Amino acid sequence: MHLHRYEKIWLTFGIGSLVIFLTVLGVSAFAFGQQPPSHMAKVDPQNVRDAAPFDEPGLRQINETTYQANIIAMAFTYQPNKIEVPVGSTVRFHVTSSDVVHSFTIPNTNVNFMVTPGHINMAEHTFTEAGSYLVLCNEYCGTGHHYMQMTIEVVE
Amino acid sequence: MRNSALKVEDYNSNIGTTVAPKDAKLSMAHIYIAFSAFLVGAIAGLLQGLVRGGMIELPNWLGYYQILTAHGVLLALVFTTYFIFAFLFAGMSRTHGAFSDRLRKLGWTGFTVLTIGTLLAAILIILNEASVLYTFYAPLTAHPLYYVGLTLFVVGSWISGATLLGHYFGWKKAHKGERTPLFGYMTVATIVLWIIACLGVAVLVLLQMIPWAFGLTDEINVLLSRTLFWYFGHPLVYFWLLPAYIAWYVSIPKIIGGKLFSDSLARMAFVLFLLFSIPVGFHHQLMESGISEMWKFIQTVLTFVVIVPSLMTAFSIFGTFEQTGRAKGGTGILYWLHKLPWKDVRFFAPFMGMIIFIPAGAGGIINASFQMNAVIHNTLWVVGHFHLTVGSTVLLTFFGISYWLIPHLTGRKFTPFLNRLGMVQTWLWAIGMFFMSGAMHLIGLLGAPRRTAYTTYQNHPDALVWFEGIFTNYVTIAIGGVILFVAAVMMFYNFIYMTWLAPKGDTEFPISEPAEDASETPKVFENWKLWIGIAIVLILFAYTIPIYDMIVNAPPGSPTFDFLIK
Ligand code: HEM
Ligand SMILES: [Cu+2]
Ligand SMILES: [Cu+2]
Repeated sequence: MHLHRYEKIWLTFGIGSLVIFLTVLGVSAFAFGQQPPSHMAKVDPQNVRDAAPFDEPGLRQINETTYQANIIAMAFTYQPNKIEVPVGSTVRFHVTSSDVVHSFTIPNTNVNFMVTPGHINMAEHTFTEAGSYLVLCNEYCGTGHHYMQMTIEVVE
Repeated sequence: MRNSALKVEDYNSNIGTTVAPKDAKLSMAHIYIAFSAFLVGAIAGLLQGLVRGGMIELPNWLGYYQILTAHGVLLALVFTTYFIFAFLFAGMSRTHGAFSDRLRKLGWTGFTVLTIGTLLAAILIILNEASVLYTFYAPLTAHPLYYVGLTLFVVGSWISGATLLGHYFGWKKAHKGERTPLFGYMTVATIVLWIIACLGVAVLVLLQMIPWAFGLTDEINVLLSRTLFWYFGHPLVYFWLLPAYIAWYVSIPKIIGGKLFSDSLARMAFVLFLLFSIPVGFHHQLMESGISEMWKFIQTVLTFVVIVPSLMTAFSIFGTFEQTGRAKGGTGILYWLHKLPWKDVRFFAPFMGMIIFIPAGAGGIINASFQMNAVIHNTLWVVGHFHLTVGSTVLLTFFGISYWLIPHLTGRKFTPFLNRLGMVQTWLWAIGMFFMSGAMHLIGLLGAPRRTAYTTYQNHPDALVWFEGIFTNYVTIAIGGVILFVAAVMMFYNFIYMTWLAPKGDTEFPISEPAEDASETPKVFENWKLWIGIAIVLILFAYTIPIYDMIVNAPPGSPTFDFLIK
């Protein structure tokens, strides 16, 4: 089998860029911890409210600037439906579903993950600007899917 | 010997071999259903664009998610599958001789089972018993018969696939020691890919969803079901793409009056697609819990390997163009481009598809980029992406194929009038996609969700911006959708014209002469046991441990949720 000279250059260049690119992805993931949301904790999806932390959904303060928000996604809302934190807070969202698959998505941030029943998923975000942040569900979850939302009020 | 170019006017000369008349009937049966599904799917698409832009409201007997299910099923599953089998049956008859009566009967059985499955699914969608979208993610639950319909669809496609494989093996037996024509080689790769991919949905539907939907089991393992789905879902997109590549490699060189650049590279590209399009489904599940970062990363790396055969394809195709242009007297760095048949829709429509594949592929790289997926996952960006890949690259190539396939099968002429219609159709499709898909990409970056009916999220400012941009606006999507719909109706007319109205005559089914190097193509490429073996090893490597973990460490399962879709 014969490779044309230009094809060799083309493929070498292509494969070379690919290797560099994947190395960058891998290093940023495994050395700098920029991983996709892949939380491994599990819950009983039919009894999410029986055990901590979802027996008391809501916001909990962890230290001066860090909060944990335990949120239950369900057709077609989130519980709690509104949370409020001061500007500069870092919020760790722990979210599970009590029925079907949903998402927990804050437009214009990198918080955008799937919420599958039986699993807890999480992401963290630091809110550096005050305002009202929209949270929406971007995974189809039934006839009322487009009504599913909550807000995060970030106050001075 | 070089192929002579096929001009639109003297297109009827140069008839070599044809599709056997009985095989042509089988192929046309698929074409009728493909284009009927296409028209209804396009109507749904138009409505979706208008609804999301807040320009119309659906009557209360028609749900948004109902038409969205219809759109996905009719276009992404029904149109594509039927068209692909029409093309492969015809092409195998053309390049490997007529099917035996026994095999053709099997082909009709495949068609019948496929069609019963399609009708059953369609009835349940119309009854609003199956508004679960074409991905049917558990634990949302459709009517149990919907899953039976899907099963029949897969079984039918397997029977049709077996027919094609049977024809290939029959040919091999009769032509001992000969190299399989490229069309046959690529058909086998495509069908093998499809069969291995469908094993995932077969397990999902037969072992998980049907028992659960019928109430024989109480609960379903949701994560496992999603994983099985995407084990199937990614190679599904290659099942659409490979037949388009067959046309690029085998038919386009003939249409432009040239010859394929290299036979062995073409075969190697198909082998790589077969190997690296299956063990990669996790790139659709990057944002979900329960799968560790390590396995997501491994499958991400495997995902990117498909860039290699994609680059090879780009090189081969453009190499063929240049070689042909120069052989016809084109000189300089770019002057040879003038020698390509720009005014011939059979070249121009697929060419437009190739050009669109450049930004589409770049978008795909972004989607699969691990952490970066969070920015676009499940936003309208993704919808913009696959309207470029399958909705434009694949579809424009299929339209390009139709212009000679259908008249060839119906014994009619490809006329200059049809060519003009086709050129306008191609431009309209490209322009419509530019608006619709372009706006979808940008609006997706602003967080607009996919699969979501009209909503302003109680007039939240973050959502209102989607209605306020100059280009980045739901209205742009709707305008693009209207242009696309006009193009779709034109294509449907072209189908009618080619089937019933065009003047009687002959149209060639273009198949290129073998490439210069075809005689030295290594035999190993046809060692299917080897390639299937490697494919299985890669699949076992990528999936065994994570799936074992999903089963052994599964959380309690989920019951059915059928009330949420009504
Ligand atoms: C008339 C041309 C078309 C128009 C106007 C159109 C419009 C749309 C719109 C607006 C959506 C997004 C709906 C949403 O996420 O809420 C959509 C989704 C989709 N379209 Fe198209 N489309 C067209 C052609 C096609 C073609 C040719 C294909 C594939 C062969 C296709 C495949 C899909 C798929 C698979 C979805 C996703 C369905 C889902 O999320 O379940 N579309 N289309
Ligand atoms: Cu939802
Ligand atoms: Cu994929």
